Amino acid sequence: MKTDNENKKSHDEENSESRRKFLKLGLLGGGAALAVSGVTKLFADSTENSGEKVKVLTTDGKLVEVDSSMVKKASGCSSPGLNIREGIPGKKFVRVIDLARCENKRACIEGCQKKHNLIAPVEWIKVKKMQDVEMESPYWFPQMCYHCDNPPCTKVCPVDATFKRSDGLVVVDAERCIGCKFCMAACPYSARTFNFGSPKQVENFEKHKNDPERCKSSDPSIVGTVSKCDGCPDELAQGKLPACVKKCPNGVIFYGDENEDTVTNGEEVFQLSALLSERAGYRQFDTLGTKPRVYYLPPDKRLFPFEEAKEIRNTEE
Amino acid sequence: MEKLITKSENGVMEMQRDASGIDENEKYRVMEEELNLYKEKQNVAAGKSKIQKYNLMEEELLRPIQKIGRAGKIWIGFLVAICLCGLYAYYLQETKSKYETISLRDYTMWGVYISTFVFYVALSLIGALMSAILKLIKFEWYRPLTRIAEIIAVASIIMAGVCIVAAMGRPERLYFLFTYGRIQSPIVWDVIVIMTYITASCLLLFMPLIPGIVICRDKLTNKPAWQKWMYKKLSFGWNGAPEQWKIVKKSVKVLAIMVIPLGISIHTVTAWLFATTLRPEWDSTNFGPYFVSGAFALGAAGMIVAVYVFRKVYSLEKYLEEKHFDVLGKMLVLLSFCYLYFNINEYVVPAYKMSSLHANHLLDLFIGKTAPTYWLVVLFGIAIPAILPMFRAMRKPLPLTIIAIFAVIAAWFKRYLIVVPGLSHPFLPIQDVPESWMHYFPSLVEMTIVAATFAALLLIITVFSRLFPIISIWEVAEGDGVNMQKIYKPIKPEML
Repeated sequence: MKTDNENKKSHDEENSESRRKFLKLGLLGGGAALAVSGVTKLFADSTENSGEKVKVLTTDGKLVEVDSSMVKKASGCSSPGLNIREGIPGKKFVRVIDLARCENKRACIEGCQKKHNLIAPVEWIKVKKMQDVEMESPYWFPQMCYHCDNPPCTKVCPVDATFKRSDGLVVVDAERCIGCKFCMAACPYSARTFNFGSPKQVENFEKHKNDPERCKSSDPSIVGTVSKCDGCPDELAQGKLPACVKKCPNGVIFYGDENEDTVTNGEEVFQLSALLSERAGYRQFDTLGTKPRVYYLPPDKRLFPFEEAKEIRNTEE
Repeated sequence: MEKLITKSENGVMEMQRDASGIDENEKYRVMEEELNLYKEKQNVAAGKSKIQKYNLMEEELLRPIQKIGRAGKIWIGFLVAICLCGLYAYYLQETKSKYETISLRDYTMWGVYISTFVFYVALSLIGALMSAILKLIKFEWYRPLTRIAEIIAVASIIMAGVCIVAAMGRPERLYFLFTYGRIQSPIVWDVIVIMTYITASCLLLFMPLIPGIVICRDKLTNKPAWQKWMYKKLSFGWNGAPEQWKIVKKSVKVLAIMVIPLGISIHTVTAWLFATTLRPEWDSTNFGPYFVSGAFALGAAGMIVAVYVFRKVYSLEKYLEEKHFDVLGKMLVLLSFCYLYFNINEYVVPAYKMSSLHANHLLDLFIGKTAPTYWLVVLFGIAIPAILPMFRAMRKPLPLTIIAIFAVIAAWFKRYLIVVPGLSHPFLPIQDVPESWMHYFPSLVEMTIVAATFAALLLIITVFSRLFPIISIWEVAEGDGVNMQKIYKPIKPEML
């Protein structure tokens, strides 16, 4: 993976159709998201060579130099948060959670809450103690919205307030949601939460309304609407990783693009298909036919022995 | 002929003796004449008595509209007061934090509002059951019951809508259903069938009511101006022409046929709101018929209670007779057995397998925390109404009504048991949440709003029965063999 500096250089450059293959960048290369989304505009733009060279990374990890005219700055992505309904073109986001690494540090939860101004007991990610069979040692199970490919929640929405984007994310348009909560009843993973307008929560939203760090595309602050893990579309559009991935001290959560076949937790990069096949990746309750976009790696060869939580969380109303 | 004459008690017998010397033919001619005269007299008397009977009925059925007694006024005031409490509770709910005013949380996100909604949708099936099915299969005893059933149906389907609005997070966005509605969503199906059913039910209530409104317009001349104006406007210039009678009867028949599939649809689609989710408790192909059969059983029980109350309060014993309780009781037995059948399918079959998906939920109902409610509902909602009214003594008005009241209450709890425990056992365990997120018990605000919808339901029915005849006069009269087109002479609209 390349450093941010190199990628930033490519942001300002032009692009051309014939060089599309060069633009399949790894996720950490923030330019990738921008460049690929620029493909749609290729036909209209000039293909004149500028003479200036930029370095880009290919899918097989080679660094190549191309003319700057071949790289196009994608305007749709550089101004994120304007349209929650549009997916980032060319992307198919996917997550892999390595259960062998989780020791219930809850840093992902805190990172997520901070990013979206949520306060306890509202959590878009839960870390649950799970035990499938009696003889097995329990394990910690981080769980968020699975952004299913066959989402039962979007099916039942009467007003198209929750929907599947082209980049694989399932998101909620809080401006549209009428608060019928049918999607919550339909979700078999209990991934959705409702803004009942608890005073503390409302106050917190108000306080951080103008934070520059606040996620702008999805807005859980509207009382009486449903919200859930939005997959951090603002961050993704800027080529950054979601808050939960960044904050995890053990690198449990991997994020990536299925089209690129790569996932990363910010430090390590894996080939998605190889990782899932070698580590026997699975999807939770796959038999339900929801086709989640979140894969789990089974908790074998654990990095940490299971330890009970030291305190009971979220006891306060 | 001889026989007829000897039977009579007028002067025919004496004439027979006096005329003994006259020739036989002449004798018979006289006798025949006398007999015809007598027959005519009898017919006139019968006609008169029919008119008298009709007039008496008209008077008795208009009596509740003529004068509202003190108790009636207190009752209306009481209902209005509860409705106002409900409005205030709704104001609190919408202006204050819902986290504090209602006890719904992320896991149990549907509570008493949705259970009550399902209850009202079920109750509204009473209209299809009593006024349509009975009418079409020509059970003559439907005649005095049909309007009671229709007004309950209309009032309860309206209250079902109110419950949905109360349950919504952002009720001011309700119109999004029309501007952004997605036909793929079962909620949109429900909106469509419920609106169609409301329209059909209102028409089925209104069409046969038009002759009744005309009677009110012509006979209730001591009423305030607005009420007379209302009768005049609502009668739409009806004047009892044969053509108009034909239209009324035909449209009622068409509506009665229409309302049956509509009624079954509304409750089936309401069942689908649950059955289209992946939750194991609701994931049942049995849900549609299970809900419909429950609704029919509730309809019969609700009808018994309503008939009893109207019979007592408006002294309508002559029209709502003991025989009605007898047949309604038998009907309750039949429908409760149907309901029992679908309950066995719904609970016993999964319980036999006891898959881990169902185990939490079923064990909670059978032996867990919810068990007392569950078994009381089985007892009062299914077992007692299925068995006790099989005995003739239990089909007398009072015992049957007591059974029915318990069955109606149990029916509400049944809906609660379908909605709330169905949400409390998700696939993934509930962890790291405050205590209140794990157990649902309705808050005071929620209970007040639900109570207010019940009060509003009763208020609609009460006010309706104080403005319009609650028993259809012309339908009962026709059942007695009265030719309404002859007897019934509305004042010409232009004369008013």
